[in-house]
Parts: sequence; structure tokens; C-alpha cells
Amino acid sequence: MIRHEKLKKVIALTFVYITLILMYVPIIILIIYSFTESRTIGNWTGFSVQLYINMFEDPEIMGALTNSVIIALASSLLATAIGTFSAVGIYHLRKAPKVYMDTVSQITMVNADIVTGIAFMLFFLIIKVIPDGFGTLIIAHTIICIPYVIMSVTPRLTQLNPNLYEAGLDLGSPPIKTMLTVILPQLIPGMIAGFALSFTLSLDDFVITKFINGDVDTISTYLYTKIKVKGVQPELRAMSTVILLAIMLILVFINVYNKIKKNKTTSR
Amino acid sequence: MKRLTFNRKLFALPYGVLSALFVIVPLLVLLYFAFVDGDGKFTFENFADIFSKGTIKVLFYSFGVALLTTVICLVIAYPLAMILANSRFNKSALLVMMFILPMWINSLLRMYALKNLFIELLQIDTGFFMVLCGMVYDFFPFMLLPIYTIFVSMDKSLIEASYDLGASPIKTFFRVKVPLSMPGVISGIIMVFMPTVSTFAISDILGKPENIMFGNLINYWFTKNHWNLGSAYAFFLLILIGITMIISSKLTGGKAKATTGGIL
Repeated sequence: MIRHEKLKKVIALTFVYITLILMYVPIIILIIYSFTESRTIGNWTGFSVQLYINMFEDPEIMGALTNSVIIALASSLLATAIGTFSAVGIYHLRKAPKVYMDTVSQITMVNADIVTGIAFMLFFLIIKVIPDGFGTLIIAHTIICIPYVIMSVTPRLTQLNPNLYEAGLDLGSPPIKTMLTVILPQLIPGMIAGFALSFTLSLDDFVITKFINGDVDTISTYLYTKIKVKGVQPELRAMSTVILLAIMLILVFINVYNKIKKNKTTSR
Repeated sequence: MKRLTFNRKLFALPYGVLSALFVIVPLLVLLYFAFVDGDGKFTFENFADIFSKGTIKVLFYSFGVALLTTVICLVIAYPLAMILANSRFNKSALLVMMFILPMWINSLLRMYALKNLFIELLQIDTGFFMVLCGMVYDFFPFMLLPIYTIFVSMDKSLIEASYDLGASPIKTFFRVKVPLSMPGVISGIIMVFMPTVSTFAISDILGKPENIMFGNLINYWFTKNHWNLGSAYAFFLLILIGITMIISSKLTGGKAKATTGGIL
């Protein structure tokens, strides 16, 4: 019986690790071959960091990276601010207004990117106020990220003492100030999760961006045109590795932060 | 007292206004474009085009690819989620994290990596197979996550009760575990099936011209400046998504949620 149990465990874990390896093989190969100069993968021409040097000297790549970070930062900050306030408001809404808010955020989350992207494109085209570029991208990304912030913040609200807000008002603090000094500090973990989710959503987005980017290239649109038009450019491997490492660092940071936070609360 | 609660609801107002302007109005604009021709006259022609022979073929091809992708994802994700959620096999959250990590890597980057692997290292260059692998690779975490979540939160006493009442492991699996995990499975299916139909980047990068999906058609009309046709196609897709959402919420009593929530 014990041997049977052990065998089951071995089979189960083998399955887990094979799937995991399959998921990581393409990424790892890309990283390995970013340290050689050859044009094609599979042809190792000796260790070199030349691709990295080329990449950091390439104005197009650096421009796309900077644009992506600016847009992701701006839209996730905006989305976190608006989303947090909305989460508090929606939490206290009832009936029709609540149904409206829930439906709108659900539509935003489940709608196909291509439909959202086209709708934005036609909308910006018709109102003719904002030319395609940073403005349209930041607006669109913010709108797409808000529901995810609401979703991250709402669980914290349910754990909140419902009398806190009233206590603040009773003691003479105006609503905005009560919100900022009493409610908000309690929501910070949810806000951080929402911000991180928004940041990666914005950084990752290609489809919506493609329809409204004007002549502003982000990492995604840059990658797409390069992969499609010019064929595979070896510098992209270095760029991928840098982005990968950056994302992994952020994730490790978030995890460590959460662990510390958890230890603090359990030791109390 | 009444004034105070009123104030708190007002915090939702900015998003209420923004969402009306930037979510509802753009969709109405899309609807308008779908129902007019190039001169702005009302027409059904754009929608009629969806039922032309070529488009129907692409639509059914897309459904086929999406179905295959969904089934492959489900077949791998279901046992995987069970193992990961079972404390006998896995005690670390890190392992689960490892499966979700690729989701944060730009999807185009991953497709680029996959293309490199296939063409240059494995010397394989078949459109259909590569597109299918790309779809599974891209959407797999969206199937794994909801099923894993439901297995973690599953009431273990129900399973124990089944054993105590004399059911065999196989019977317990089919009669207790599977029904209890259905909301997660349906969430996963929603988050894989329709996104596969509507994607165009994956088939663009990995596929050949004959491997186009419905999403590629929409993109094609827009790159060729046939906005009205593209809008009708997009609106048709929106209706399909709406239908799948309604069916799924009916099936699960609103328990299935198409979100990527709870990852962090």
C-alpha cells in the first residue's frame, strides 16, 4: 500500500515537472542564445554580450521600452487611483447603479481585445479631440485596468470595520480626508496587487495598443512589426531576456513583500 | 446619517462617468459603423457578409481550433490542478506560481520564443501545428488557474463522506469531485475558447496564410480600411461572447467568473 502511494506520487510529480519544463523550454532557449552573436538560434558562435550592447545602442528598441514603461506606469497609477475610489463607492451602491457598475466592469474584462481596440479606435476617430498616441493609449489602458483594481481592492473592503468611515466623519473629518487617512491605508495590499496587475496588463497589451498607437511604438507593437516584417532580429533575444528578468524581479519582490507581511500578521 | 452614506457612494461616480464615456459609447460607435455603408447609409450588408462562404469557412475553422485548444488545455490542466491542489503531492505555493509566471511575460515574446524553437532548433515549420501549440501555450494558465482555485477551496469533508459511505475512488471522482469542480472548468473554458477565436497575433506570427482565425479577418478589414465590414465582424464576435457568458452563468448559477483575479 505504501509502495503504491509512493508510485502515485512519482507519477504525479513527473507529470507536473514535464508540463513545467515544456512551458519554460522556449523561454530558456531564448535566454541562452541571447549570449551569442549568431543570427539564428541553434548555432552557437561563442559567448558574447554583443547583442546586449547593440540593444542598448538601438534607439528604436530603447524608445519602445521607454514608451511602454511610461504608458504602463501612467495608466496603472491612474487605474489604481480611480479603481480604489470606485471599489469603495460600488461596495456601498445598491440596485440599478450597482448592476450598471458590475456589468460595465464585466464587459471590459470579458470583451475580446480586438473588439475593445476597434471600438476605441473608431471612438477616438469620431470625437477627433485626442490624436492617436500617448493620450489615447493611456486612456484606453487605464479604462481596461480599472476593473482589475476594483477586483483586487473589493475583498479588502469586506474585511474592513464598517464603522471606521462613520467614526472619521463623526470626529469632524471631511469625507475625502476620511477616505484618504482612514480607509485608504487599510486597502494598500489590494491596491498594490491591482497596480501590479494593471502594470503587467498594460505592458503585455498588443491588440488594443495596435489600433490606437498612432506612431508611438511600444514593446509589443515593435516586436510585432519586427517579427512580421523584418524576420527575426537577434537583438530581440537580448531585449526579451532583459524584460523577462525585470518581470521576474518584480514578481520576486511582490512575493517577498507578501511573505514579510504575512509573517508580521501571524507573529502578532 | 443619510447624507453620510450618500457621500460614500459618490466615490463610484468618476468611474461611472468614465465607463459610460469610454466603454459604452465606443461600443455604440462600433454598432453604428456596423450598420452603415461607406456613405453613412443604413444597411445590413456588412452582417450579410459574415455569412458568405469564405467567412463561414474561417469561422468554423476558428471554432475547430478553439475547440481543440480548449480540449488540450483541459486535459492537461485538470489533472495538473488536482495534483497541485493536493497537499499529499504538493505543499509549496511556489510550484503553482511557476505555472502562472509565464502569463506575465509579454505574449508576443513567448510566441517569438516558440517560433524560434520550432523553426530554427527543431526545423519544424507547419502552420496548423505551430498555431495550435501557440494557442495552448498562451491560454493554458487561464484554464489551470480557475480549476486549481476550485480544487483548493473544495470542501474536503464531502469527499471524505463519499469514501465513508463506501464509494470507490473512481466513483468519488466522477460523482463528487467532477461535479464540484464544474464552475472552475466552465470559467476555464470561457477564458480559453472565445479568446482563441478572436486572437490574431498568434496565428499571424506562427501560422501560414491559410491558418487565419476569425480575429485575423477583423484585423484584415481594418488594415484594408473596410471599417464598416470590420465593425460588423467585431460586433458579431461581441454577440458570440455575450451568448457564451449568458450560457455559462446559467450553467453555474453565476459562480463561474471570467477573470484573472486572485493570482497575486
